[in-house]
Amino acid sequence: MSESDPLGNFRADVRTWLSENFPPSLKNKSVGMEGDAEGLGPDLDVWRERLAKKGWGAPTWPREYGGAGLGHPEARVIGDEMGRIGASNPIPLLTGMGITMVGPTVLEYGTEDQKKRHLPGIASGAVRWCLGLSEPNAGSDLASLRTKAEDKGDQFVVNGQKTWTSGADISQWCGALVRTDPKLAKHDGISFLLLPMDQPGVRTRPIKLIAGASPFCETFFDNAIAEKNDLLGKLNDGWNVVKRLLQHERQSQTGGRGAGGERPAKLEDLAKRYVGTNDDGTLADGDLRTRLTSHLMDARAHNLTIARITAEAKGKVNVSAAASILKNSATHVAQTRSELTLELMGAQGLAWEGNEFTSQEIATVREWLFGKAMSIYGGSFEVQNNIISKNILGLPETTQKG
Amino acid sequence: MAALTEEQSLLKDQAQSWVREQAPVVKFREMRDSSIEQAFTPTIWPAMVEMGWTGILVPEQYGGSDLGYLTFGVVLEELGKQLVASPLLASALVGASAFLLGDNDAQKKKYLPAIVDGSQIVTLAVDEGPRHAPARTALQAKKTTNGFALSGAKTFVPEGMAATTFVVAARTSGALGATTGITLFVVPANAKGLSRRRLSTFDSRGYANLEFANVEVGADAVLGTLDNGFGLLDGILDRARAGLGAEMLGTAAQAFDMTVSYLKTRVQFGKVIGSFQALGHRAAMLFTSMELARSCVEGALQGIDAKDEKTAELCSLSKSKMGDFLHEMSNQLIQIHGGIGMTDEFDAGFYLKRARALEALYGNQAFHRDRYARLLGY
Repeated sequence: MSESDPLGNFRADVRTWLSENFPPSLKNKSVGMEGDAEGLGPDLDVWRERLAKKGWGAPTWPREYGGAGLGHPEARVIGDEMGRIGASNPIPLLTGMGITMVGPTVLEYGTEDQKKRHLPGIASGAVRWCLGLSEPNAGSDLASLRTKAEDKGDQFVVNGQKTWTSGADISQWCGALVRTDPKLAKHDGISFLLLPMDQPGVRTRPIKLIAGASPFCETFFDNAIAEKNDLLGKLNDGWNVVKRLLQHERQSQTGGRGAGGERPAKLEDLAKRYVGTNDDGTLADGDLRTRLTSHLMDARAHNLTIARITAEAKGKVNVSAAASILKNSATHVAQTRSELTLELMGAQGLAWEGNEFTSQEIATVREWLFGKAMSIYGGSFEVQNNIISKNILGLPETTQKG
Repeated sequence: MAALTEEQSLLKDQAQSWVREQAPVVKFREMRDSSIEQAFTPTIWPAMVEMGWTGILVPEQYGGSDLGYLTFGVVLEELGKQLVASPLLASALVGASAFLLGDNDAQKKKYLPAIVDGSQIVTLAVDEGPRHAPARTALQAKKTTNGFALSGAKTFVPEGMAATTFVVAARTSGALGATTGITLFVVPANAKGLSRRRLSTFDSRGYANLEFANVEVGADAVLGTLDNGFGLLDGILDRARAGLGAEMLGTAAQAFDMTVSYLKTRVQFGKVIGSFQALGHRAAMLFTSMELARSCVEGALQGIDAKDEKTAELCSLSKSKMGDFLHEMSNQLIQIHGGIGMTDEFDAGFYLKRARALEALYGNQAFHRDRYARLLGY
C-alpha cells in the first residue's frame, strides 16, 4: 500500500551496506531449504560472516547474544531490501531450528549462562540445531512421549527414540523433550534439555519419504548425556517451554518471516503457458481458471491477514492465537498451489527425473509431495483447529488436554 | 479489526450502542411485519443524519466530515450485525461516491449537502436483468435539443422505493456489452415518465424496478463525461462493493457469535454440543475464514482511502471472499441451531435471507472471481 516510509533513513543505510557487502555471485541463489550450500562457493562464508558481524543473521536479538537489537519493522526492511536485489539471509537455513525456534525460546527461558553459550553460535550461523520432540508413539499427542532422562548428579542420562528430527544427521545440538518424572501426570514430569549430538550415545538414521530423500531422521538416545546446566526452564516444566517453542514454530510456518530471495513465477503466467488462452485472453480451461482465481484470492487474503495482524500488534511479532489460524491458512494456500501447478502442467506434471522434464517440473512434483507434510508437522491441521476452538473460541476440551 | 484511530473507535462505540438500543434486529422484524413501502423504520434515517453518518465521506465544505471509507466501514459493520435496514449505504456511500468521483462542482454543490442532511436519498440504478452486468447497459439515452431522453428499464435498484434521485447508467453509443458508450445521468425520482414498482423479495428490503418512458433530462444531468462513463461507474461500484463488504462482515460476525454461543449452551447427549470435535473444528474453520475475509474487507476500504492502484482487485477480492464466507456462515447458523434455526420466530432466517441478497448485490462471487481474473490478465 502506498504510504510514506517512516524507516526511510534506515532503509537507505541498509541499501548502502548491501551494495557494498553482498557478493554479486550469490545473486538469486539461496541456501536450500535444509541448509544445503552446494554450488554456492566460498562467497557464502564471506557473506555469512559479514551478516554475522553486523548482527543481521538474527537482527531482532540483543547485541550481546549476536543479534543487532533491532525492532521487527527494521528487520522486515532488511528482508525487503535483500529481496529487492536478489539477496537472501542464509543464516536461518544454516542453523536448522536455531534461529526460528530454539533461539527465541532460549531468549525467553534460558539462564544468562545458556544465552551466552548458545545464542551467538546460532546468530552467526555456525551451529545447527535440531529438535527431538515427536516419537513413534507420540505425534499429535506429544505429551505421551516416553524418552526418559535420569538425574545422575551433574548430568542427565537420556534413553529413548525420537522421530521426524529434521536435520539430526547434520546438527551439532538438539533441543529434546524428555520425561524426567514418570510418576507425575503426563503433561507434568516433562523437561526440555539441550544436548550435543556429537557423542557416542546419539545415533541417527535418515528417513526416505514419498518425495524421495528428506531432511528427517530417526534419532536414538542410548545413555546419551546432557549437562545439568543445559536444562532449559525448570525441571518438570518442559511442557510450558515446548508450548512456547511450538508457537514460534507456527509463526515460522505462517509465511510471515520472509528471508528474501527470488520471487517464484506467477502461477497465472505458468497457467497461460501450459494451458493456453481463448481469443479474449482468458485461460482456455474455464474450470481451472475459476479454481486458480479462488487460490490466488486465498493467497492474497492470507498475505493481507499477516499485514493486518502485524499492524494490529503494532510491529510486534505475534506468537499468540493468530499463529494457528495463519499456520492452517498458509498450509492450505501452499498445498493448493502445488496441486494446481501439477494439474496445469498436465502430463509434464508427472515428472520424477530425467531430461524429458524441466527442473521446474521436477521441483514442482517434489514440492507437491513434500508439501503434504505441512498439514501434519508443527501440530497437524486438526491440532490447530483444536487450539482455535479451545483457546480462541472458548469451546470445551475436545481432547484430553493440550 | 484494523488498528483504529481514536475517531474511528468513538464512531464504532457510538454505532454499537445506538444499534443495540435503537435498532436491534427486532426493529427489522417489526418493519417486515408492517407495510412500510420504503422498507426501513422511518425514525432510523433522521437518527443517522443526526449522528453525522451521512457525511462521513463528504468534504467539510459540503457539510460532511471527510473521514474516509475505512471509517464508514466501521459504522456499516455495526449496522450489519443487527441487520439494520436503511438507505445509508445506498445514499451516503454509493450516492456520495458518485458525486465525489464525478467531480462536477455544480452537481456536488447541489447534491452532497442534501445527502448529508438526509433530504435527498440517492441510489445507483445499474442492472437491467437478473444478473449484475454493468457493461450490458441497454437503457437508451438519446440526444434532444436541450439534453437527453431516457428510455428503458432498471431492475433490483436498492432503496429504489425511498430514493429521491437516481444515478442511472445509460447507453449513449456502442453495442450492448461494450464498455464505451455508457454515460451516467442524474435523474430525479419524480421526473416525468419515470415510474417505479416495489419488488417483494425474501429479504424484505426496498428494491424497485424502474421504467423510463422517454424521461427528459437537461445536458447538466450528465455525471462525468459523455460515452466514457464506464470507468466512473466501475469506480462507484467498487466503493459500493467495499462498503457492502463491511456490512456483510458485521452480519457474518453476528451469525458467528450467535453460533458459538449456541455451541456453548445447547446440551445433547449430556454434554454441550461445542464439546463435540466435529462442531469445534467447524467453528474453528469458520473463524479462520472470517479472519481472512475481514482482512480482505479492510484491505479494500484502506485501498480506496490510500488511492491504491490495485483498488479494483482489492474490491473484487473483498466482495468475493466476504460473499463466500457469509454464504457458508449463514448456512451453518441454521444447521448448527437445528430445528430452532428453521423457525420464523428465531432470527437465523433473517441472516440467511440478508446474506443471499447482499451476495448478489453489485456482483456475486462468480462475477468477482471472473473480474479478478481479467484484472490479473487471464
